[in-house]
Amino acid sequence: MNEQDVKLKKELPKGRGLWADGLRRLRRRRLAMVSFGIIIVYLLLTGFVYVTEIFDWQIGPARWDEKVGSEYEPPSTANIFGTDFLGRSVLRKTLYGVKISITVAFWASVISLGIGVPLGAIAGYFRGFVDEIIVWLYTTLGSIPYILLILAFALVLREKNLFGYKLTGITAVYLAIGLTSWVGICRLIRGEVIKHKNREYVLAARSYGCANSRIILKHIIPNVFHIIIINFSLRFVSFIQAEVILSFLGLGEKTRPSWGAMIDTARLDLPKGYWWEMTAATVAIFFISLALNIFGDALRDSLDPKLRIQ
Amino acid sequence: MIAYIIRRLLYTIPIVFGVLLLTFVLFNVVGGDVTDQIAGKAASKETREEIRREYGWDKPLFLSLDSQFRHHLQNAVTFDFGRSWSDRELVIDKIRRGAGPSLSLTIPMFLGTLVVSVSLALVVAFLRGTIIDILAVLLCVAGMSIPFLSFILFGQYFLAFKWGLFPVFFSPDLAMVQYLALPVLIGIAAGLGGNLRFYRTVMLDEMRSDYVRTAFAKGLNAGRVLFKHVLKNAMIPIITRVVLAIPFLFLGSLLLERFFGIPGLGYLMIEAIGGRDFQVIGAMTYIGALLFVVFNLITDICYCLVDPRVSLE
Repeated sequence: MNEQDVKLKKELPKGRGLWADGLRRLRRRRLAMVSFGIIIVYLLLTGFVYVTEIFDWQIGPARWDEKVGSEYEPPSTANIFGTDFLGRSVLRKTLYGVKISITVAFWASVISLGIGVPLGAIAGYFRGFVDEIIVWLYTTLGSIPYILLILAFALVLREKNLFGYKLTGITAVYLAIGLTSWVGICRLIRGEVIKHKNREYVLAARSYGCANSRIILKHIIPNVFHIIIINFSLRFVSFIQAEVILSFLGLGEKTRPSWGAMIDTARLDLPKGYWWEMTAATVAIFFISLALNIFGDALRDSLDPKLRIQ
Repeated sequence: MIAYIIRRLLYTIPIVFGVLLLTFVLFNVVGGDVTDQIAGKAASKETREEIRREYGWDKPLFLSLDSQFRHHLQNAVTFDFGRSWSDRELVIDKIRRGAGPSLSLTIPMFLGTLVVSVSLALVVAFLRGTIIDILAVLLCVAGMSIPFLSFILFGQYFLAFKWGLFPVFFSPDLAMVQYLALPVLIGIAAGLGGNLRFYRTVMLDEMRSDYVRTAFAKGLNAGRVLFKHVLKNAMIPIITRVVLAIPFLFLGSLLLERFFGIPGLGYLMIEAIGGRDFQVIGAMTYIGALLFVVFNLITDICYCLVDPRVSLE
């Protein structure tokens, strides 16, 4: 390497990729970072509840069914959110509800991305007959009003045996949410793949003799990955809210506390003036939804290059 | 135009078929034979056989001329959904009875949300970048993050129960305005965040156009530019959202109807879920999908009515 090259290398600024660039922009938004912090706190709580359950530690939210006071104690310093009709700590129940909610939203996302992304990529890449079948499939699912579809799935899947595994409680809930909500991401990915299919880099990959599977997995998917991430973070909110509604309608977790079930009991408690359980569940849902909404929007603004000039 | 409509109508056939296939697989194959649930545990063998015959569970699922699936299709096309499992009333009668109360709740709610959010969105988009705009967006996101259930419960508790501004529940001897006012208000408040934010984005796209600058340069006042020029040009996304929301009006509002005891279709659905009444839910799913498909077609036709640039290809 001669002197000129070394000099040139020093002068050239280091390039940044889409992700580094997006992250840099994201870090500059203070509100988004606060939201990210809140999301991390919820995730850590979920992890904590799982750990206490695995090792059978009797601390905090794991002891949600313990009687800590008399029935319907209003909030005090001992019990920040008061107690419920059995004298159990509402705070512990709310914290335990974090686990149920995040678990449902996580698995629902995994299922819906697991169906939507491959189907969308295959439909957009191969077109033709396969495309028509997949489009028919998601148009059919998409024509049924979402709430009806999700209720129908949750209702039918409940208490069913699937491959020798009994679908109880939250399993039926996230299966129902996941199986019904892949339409949006599938349609989005299909459209993007159609756009990318004729770009130069895909043609170049094909001219090297790359197999179709390699082109899709190694070349196209990384280029549309930011869309998956954005969709994932914005969808998470609707999954959390769907879990609340399903639990409220009695189609969710029955034996362990969840936010929907807490709101359901509060339906009868509120007219009697016991407002704290309802408030605790609302506050818990509000903060995670707000954080996910703000963070998702910020993510979209920083990762979508088309929105850069504004 | 007519050729296009015919082509689109033909395209709806596989979709409707798909919906029927899905409901069939869901309720008849996965859900299965629920004779025990209808007849009760103590029923005799004859009663069971009779029930199985009435609902056709003794027939093959697919592969026969007389199969369950063929009957499923035939019943759907003729809107004959049989009798409810719980109280043996004709499902179609139940749906007919529930449609009125549901529509009287959802139509004012829908129109209210539309008018309020579109006009607010115009104003907010006009004030873009100012503190009012930023505050409005923040409030929208905050409103979207509050669960719908909390809106209903706290609204009902404070406005009706505690302060007595509205009646708490539906009752047949109240005037419609009285018992519908609160649920409609809550529905509008809960839906405002998401709608306002959506329409603001739509309006902002238009605000940047050249014709808006021209209109202001001509010396037109802001109200005229906003409501005459911008609103007309923002019609396409508004129509899409509005027309595709109409099918949901018929289904009522599940949660609002439950809390306020309004005997509409949402209430019917909740009852059906409680009683695991697949007959009612299957029928509602089919009707909902059918309406959606029809209104989807109407949206596309509306596009070319409001925007001559859209071609029906």
